[in-house]
Amino acid sequence: MKLSRILSLALAGTLSLSLLAGCGGGNGGDQPANNGNNTPSTSAPGGEGGGNAPTGAAFKLGGIGPLTGGNAIYGNAAMNGAKIAVDEINALGGDIQFDFNPQDDVSDAETSVNAYNSLKDWGMQALVGTVTTGPCISVSAEAFNDRIFALTPSASSTDVINGKDNMFQVCFTDPNQGTGAADYISENLPGSKIAVIYQNDNAYSQGIRDTFVAEAAAKNLEIVSETTFTEDTQNDFSVQIADAQSKGADVVFLPIYYTPASVILTQAKAINYAPTFFGVDGMDGILTVKGFDTSLAEGVMLLTPFSADAEDERTQNFVSTYNSRHGETPNQFAADGYDAVYVIYEALKAANCTPDMSPQDICEALVGVMPTISVDGLTGAGMTWDASGAVSKAPMAVVIKDGVYVTP
Amino acid sequence: MNKLKSMKTAAKVNFATYLGVILAFVLVSVMRSQGLINSAMGGMLVPVCCYIVMAVSLNLTVGVLGELSLGHAGFMSVGAFSGIIAAMSLQNAVPFAPVRLGIAMLVGAACGAVTGVVVGVPVLRLRGDYLAIVTLAFGEIIKELINCLLVGVDSKGLHMAFNLTGTLTIDSLGLGEDGIAIIKGAQGSVGTTKLASFTAGFVLILVALFIIQNLVNSRSGRAIMALRDNQIAAESVGINITKYKLMAFVTSAALAGAAGALYGLNFSSLQAAKFNFNTSILVLVYVVLGGLGNMWGSIIAAVVLYVLPEALREFQDYRMLVYAIVLILVMLATNNPMIKGFFARLFRRDRKAEPKGGEAK
Repeated sequence: MKLSRILSLALAGTLSLSLLAGCGGGNGGDQPANNGNNTPSTSAPGGEGGGNAPTGAAFKLGGIGPLTGGNAIYGNAAMNGAKIAVDEINALGGDIQFDFNPQDDVSDAETSVNAYNSLKDWGMQALVGTVTTGPCISVSAEAFNDRIFALTPSASSTDVINGKDNMFQVCFTDPNQGTGAADYISENLPGSKIAVIYQNDNAYSQGIRDTFVAEAAAKNLEIVSETTFTEDTQNDFSVQIADAQSKGADVVFLPIYYTPASVILTQAKAINYAPTFFGVDGMDGILTVKGFDTSLAEGVMLLTPFSADAEDERTQNFVSTYNSRHGETPNQFAADGYDAVYVIYEALKAANCTPDMSPQDICEALVGVMPTISVDGLTGAGMTWDASGAVSKAPMAVVIKDGVYVTP
Repeated sequence: MNKLKSMKTAAKVNFATYLGVILAFVLVSVMRSQGLINSAMGGMLVPVCCYIVMAVSLNLTVGVLGELSLGHAGFMSVGAFSGIIAAMSLQNAVPFAPVRLGIAMLVGAACGAVTGVVVGVPVLRLRGDYLAIVTLAFGEIIKELINCLLVGVDSKGLHMAFNLTGTLTIDSLGLGEDGIAIIKGAQGSVGTTKLASFTAGFVLILVALFIIQNLVNSRSGRAIMALRDNQIAAESVGINITKYKLMAFVTSAALAGAAGALYGLNFSSLQAAKFNFNTSILVLVYVVLGGLGNMWGSIIAAVVLYVLPEALREFQDYRMLVYAIVLILVMLATNNPMIKGFFARLFRRDRKAEPKGGEAK
């Protein structure tokens, strides 16, 4: 009896070990470029992708985002994008080399702070992150106390940068998006009746909705229906859609992420309700949802800083690299992550930083140069920053036609 | 005679628990002052303290009272947000941070206790699965309510609004120019001043242990355990069911509230969505793996299981998988007859040694 128990324990142990080994191997096979640099303990920095391994010291660049869990798609995209930029920069073989270490935070503030502390132990000199808003507010407060420079690819709330001089954003702030959307609708779809469906337990969605409604009131837009949903109820929108339809809304504003948006589009189609759907940057990625009929997204308008179909060479290169590495078209989060690394690169260059400087010295130097630099990125040409940390670039409205983004 | 002996072991275990907690605190403090603790560990100290108190207090409901509660995170949430409101609104009145933290934790505990009474009175009439379902619903309701809550403070005092229609924003509170928003509905509390410290966490653990262990070893505690073992028998000897059930439940809720306040003041932003069903289950896992009714077990389980996922960061995306496997292995190991036998032998030796000492005197 006893023996069999011990045996079963030992078997369970070996089984789990072999399972892990199997997983590790699979990962290596799928993403060869992404494996070596992930582990904090590896000493060889950034050689795999570029092939041009730096000999001397490299800047230790941390990354935090949800790599697992419900929001993993955003974190993975941003971190993969950042990884491509790191490899490109390392391949240039210049003075500035990066050692990139992405960490998972499951989009949870507590785990995010823990990830941040792990990165600090690793010797992080600048942070790309965090990807989602809630965790970013907590981490930015820590980074502010520790004087570590941080640049978030996609956390869009103003609370992220408020009162923190060393925290910068690549994406638009929520007010910027809400106001931009209202302005665009009042100019291009005048006299329309608007319905708003937003997620009221999500800081991002609520933030955009608040500024949208405020700007809509200023522009005399007519909002006929406002309905909400939460994380737990994002599988069925029949009530919200019926409300919008019965009140005669011809524009439905969706300041939400694309997963629930895809459900809304499907359900609206099912009851033959075809208003103009208008989204913001969270809507970007709707064409890549698995099992989603992209013809349903025809005519959807969205504000996004990035379009994978842009003609310029850099975007094309980025899209093809991303495609070959991860087998999918990059969304705006990937582009934000990519740009974030280049912004740090440009700032380090402008500030003449060297990898042997302490994170605090680098932080002070970067904070000094950030308002002076201008970066051409995938998500906007001539991005500049003010001292508050908010980016200034032009929002771009696109419409989905034949499965691609086109500028109307 | 028999009673005395068993009392003695219980008292011994209690003192060993206090001693262990104090030793751990001293050890960690010394290591911290020597710079031996890295920032990853340092950052986890306060959350670990909060989860220990959560686990110990839930153990009172689940292990001692014997009622399955799946809404413990709800009390933590109430405590966290009330504590944050208290701390933020007293920022000018009480400039000394530790005192403000103390007040916030007391407010958190009080609000936790009040919610405990409100929930407990109707809910504790239910038993078993029904109680689990209702407490689960309670946790979700609290989450939704806080998602609707708007709170701000200015020189005129506290402003609150309840955003039921989803159309109010923080501007509708009509805050003065010096006003600050404390809770912004779904966006939660943002820009909270961090007050929590490891010392406060340590004190809270000691207080929680002191309250719970004294309650368990008192007349009331025996009544509560009698309820757990056989409710009908307990009722037949005249034990007031509602009173004792409420006593355990409310104590547990109050301690969870205090832990929540400490937790909330450790992060500069906090959303109600954090305290969802998963958090309740997480704490329940600490309690079950630590051993029902076993306070030091809960403490160790909370520490180990909280630190584990962070220590497994090297495994990258597979860390939660490894975590699950470790959980299963722990369950198998603690049920293993060999290991059980080992502990039983240890205790037997203890017991054999004891009467000898008594006889010699």
